[in-house]
Amino acid sequence: MASSQTSPPLDDGPKVGGLSRRQFMKWCSVITAALALPVKYNQRIANALTSADRPPVVWLEFQDCTGDSEAFLRSSHPTPAEVILDLISLNYHETLMAPAGKAAEKSLHDTITSAKGKYLVVVEGSIPLAADGAYCTIAGRSAVEILKEVAADAAAIVAVGTCAAYGGLPAAAPNPTNAVGVRDIIKNKPILNLAGCAVNGLNITATIAHFLTFGALPAADDEGRPLFAYGALIHDNCPRRGWFDTGRFVQEWGDQGHRDGWCLYKMGCKGPKSHNNCPQIGFNDNTSWPIGAGHPCIACSEPGFWDGSTPFYAWMGEKHLPAFANPEKKQAPLGLALGAAGAAAFAGVGAGAMAWQKKQQARTAPESEQSPSGEGR
Amino acid sequence: MARLVVDPITRIEGHLRIEAQLSGGKISEAWASGTAFRGLEMILKGRDPRDAWLFTQRICSVCTMVHGLASVRSVENALGVTPPPLANIIRNILMAYQYVQDHTIHFYHLHALDWVDITSALNADPAATAGLAQSISDWPGNSAQRFKAVQDKLKAFVASGKLGPFANGYWGHPAYKLPPEANLMAVSHYLEALDWQREIIKAHAVLGGKNPVLQTFLVGGMAIPVDANSPSALNVEKLTLLTSLAAKAQEFVEKVYIPDLLAVASFYKDWAGIGGGDGNYMSCGDLALDPSGDPKSYAFPAGIILGRDLSKIVPFSQEKVAEYISRSWYRYGGGDAQGLHPWKGETDPVYSGPKPPYEELDVAAKYTWSKAPRYDGLPMEVGPLARMLVGYASGVKRIRELVDMTLGKLNVPATALFSTLGRTAARGIETLYAAELLPQLIGQLTEAIKSGDTKIHAGEKAWDPEQWPKQAQGVGLHEAPRGTLGHWVVIKDTKIANYQAVVPTTWNASPRDAAGKPGPYEAALVGTPIADPDRPVEILRTIHSFDPCIACAVHVMDASGRRVVNVEVS
Repeated sequence: MASSQTSPPLDDGPKVGGLSRRQFMKWCSVITAALALPVKYNQRIANALTSADRPPVVWLEFQDCTGDSEAFLRSSHPTPAEVILDLISLNYHETLMAPAGKAAEKSLHDTITSAKGKYLVVVEGSIPLAADGAYCTIAGRSAVEILKEVAADAAAIVAVGTCAAYGGLPAAAPNPTNAVGVRDIIKNKPILNLAGCAVNGLNITATIAHFLTFGALPAADDEGRPLFAYGALIHDNCPRRGWFDTGRFVQEWGDQGHRDGWCLYKMGCKGPKSHNNCPQIGFNDNTSWPIGAGHPCIACSEPGFWDGSTPFYAWMGEKHLPAFANPEKKQAPLGLALGAAGAAAFAGVGAGAMAWQKKQQARTAPESEQSPSGEGR
Repeated sequence: MARLVVDPITRIEGHLRIEAQLSGGKISEAWASGTAFRGLEMILKGRDPRDAWLFTQRICSVCTMVHGLASVRSVENALGVTPPPLANIIRNILMAYQYVQDHTIHFYHLHALDWVDITSALNADPAATAGLAQSISDWPGNSAQRFKAVQDKLKAFVASGKLGPFANGYWGHPAYKLPPEANLMAVSHYLEALDWQREIIKAHAVLGGKNPVLQTFLVGGMAIPVDANSPSALNVEKLTLLTSLAAKAQEFVEKVYIPDLLAVASFYKDWAGIGGGDGNYMSCGDLALDPSGDPKSYAFPAGIILGRDLSKIVPFSQEKVAEYISRSWYRYGGGDAQGLHPWKGETDPVYSGPKPPYEELDVAAKYTWSKAPRYDGLPMEVGPLARMLVGYASGVKRIRELVDMTLGKLNVPATALFSTLGRTAARGIETLYAAELLPQLIGQLTEAIKSGDTKIHAGEKAWDPEQWPKQAQGVGLHEAPRGTLGHWVVIKDTKIANYQAVVPTTWNASPRDAAGKPGPYEAALVGTPIADPDRPVEILRTIHSFDPCIACAVHVMDASGRRVVNVEVS
């Protein structure tokens, strides 16, 4: 068996935080790119990330599945070990911290009393308001009480995952525990929503890097999501967009189109209404992403997606389709846009699509365009 | 004597509270309480059964994928659909990688600090550490330079005065027994494992788009297309990546995890006599080595062991599963003393505990959001130890070899398995067993691709609701890393009418049942010595040896629930 090491050796020449200078500058440039900043910011980020002053971070978990913590553990630049040892002081994180019980609560108490106004709060999971908060307690205290206390002297709050941002899965209809997101409770602090189910770990570390470099949270959209990650629709950056525009759609799981990487729109893909940078940065070191692995997008970074994007495998209807990909609309003549050869090539596709649409309409009505329900109310 | 309360139990998934009564320096009675509830099964009511797996997969993302797999299996069972062999092979590969990655993370990042004193590593001699490490493994990371670099880093970290997640640990507690060199070796491997885990789990991204929270299951098959001649499908390039990651996975388990496990365990042999509990163990069986899914070919056989009797395997039957709520914050229409099979399951949450903030629970009454599942009326321990014992007692050759090798190296009798240490050792053994399966499973995938098989989905019967029966019920069973997992679904008029999940940690973290019989955590804690009630590291050792996942344990709420919230605050 080949002997290999998954981590860079620590004894490899001059280094910053366990990385060689070259490796370090490389991931600074990746962060710069992830944050959509000009290249000249590389050095500024590098300076911020090598500062000895690791700011305290409190990571609270409430009604969660730990998916966002796991996503953080999959982040690649910086790696979780680098974040924990070199960049921040992760004083409270139930899944990772050594102490338990009273000793763990001491870590929390020490941080919020000794670093007033300086600590960053990360929240994972929704907060239930029903039953006096009894649907989520830690050390005998309700999630809502803990959040209010910890938020009071925080510098800023980052809600990781769609549950902490908007209520997410527990808030899906009928929202049995009256679960809400951080923004529904905390009104007087800067809050950034790193939506996603789970969030991409790289967006967490890029946000931390932004905070360390500029001392503030990045600019956000109307839903509180940073523009560097959520500023564009998945559909607009999808590598399969060409297939969409030319009317080549997967019709059945495992058919030739599916194997050839055609558009998943008719299998229920919600890319046209999803804001996220999945197509650009991928997951797990850009190994893949859901559409790349043949499954439709489920719009997991949108508020209310558990109600607003289900049934997940129902298509969004023909209104998003380009006219020539939708022969039943009989709009622009095919030849006009494509020329004779192109039109001939698509004729077969169009006929197949028509047959498929009839079948599909019999099975599932197009997903309703209802507004999200049950979230954050 | 005063009640000992540990809340939160950290380094687990979810929110768990342990209350214990001490007598003569030992735990005489213990109560486990899951303190969070979401109500996923109620949310599922009326939804498309094809969507269910995407919901249930979010029961937990530490045990990511397992609730997706159990869910699609339950709906397939209800619809009478058989996934094609290619889909079964892909599911098995995902499963094996999940075992390897999840167990290893548990050992290093959730459990190790119960045995390893990180501050003692500062006093180690790096050269002597290398000597120790090289005497048990030829892992390339075991160099004096590497250990020196890690120690320097640790020293700088401590000198900064900011200990982050390591602040307020029970460092210096007399229960820590490792010499400084063994501690430094373990800390170094803790850091290496953090990097290793994110590398090898790329296999999940290849097959499922991402990890955690894969996006690839389908009722009837899988969404990852297979085609040797397409750049967009599972092809030879991706097979090569899977193979390379499998080699890295196996190498780390062989050269780092197993040697560390044996080295650490050799200093804690007293824990082979602590934390055993009742000694009932259950496995539903999983990972069919025959791609058709034939249960006879399970790599992890099904069966039940009662009262630590390895001479007899009781056959497993899902009909004998029932859930009790007599000590849980729920109500049953027919009375709280009965047990209900999950197809008939009811969940009507009625919080009757103290209003938060509170100091102590009333453990004489209802005290947890976790239900109490029982098999034929008995509590069952599930997880790696249960699977390894069932495999051992069933005569699975490789499992017998690995268990006997471990017992031999530690020089302990087979009875040592029924303990906290046994549970932790069994998880390591199982990790190696699963890692060794990976090349075989990837070989099956290679053969299938070579033969031109591209069928990843069962087709219309699974996907066209018009072809579904008007009413159907199904069960999906899976041996998840933490143990036996079952999803039960009832479908009416193409929608979910009832959904129940009975998960590994519900079994292990269950409270007392109607007969007053404690659950496995509660039973295992009895007799555990507590040297210092203010620093109860011993409780963490036994509880962590089960690898708790509380979000899994308490996800419950049946879809037929009439009442959403009905609070009675005492």
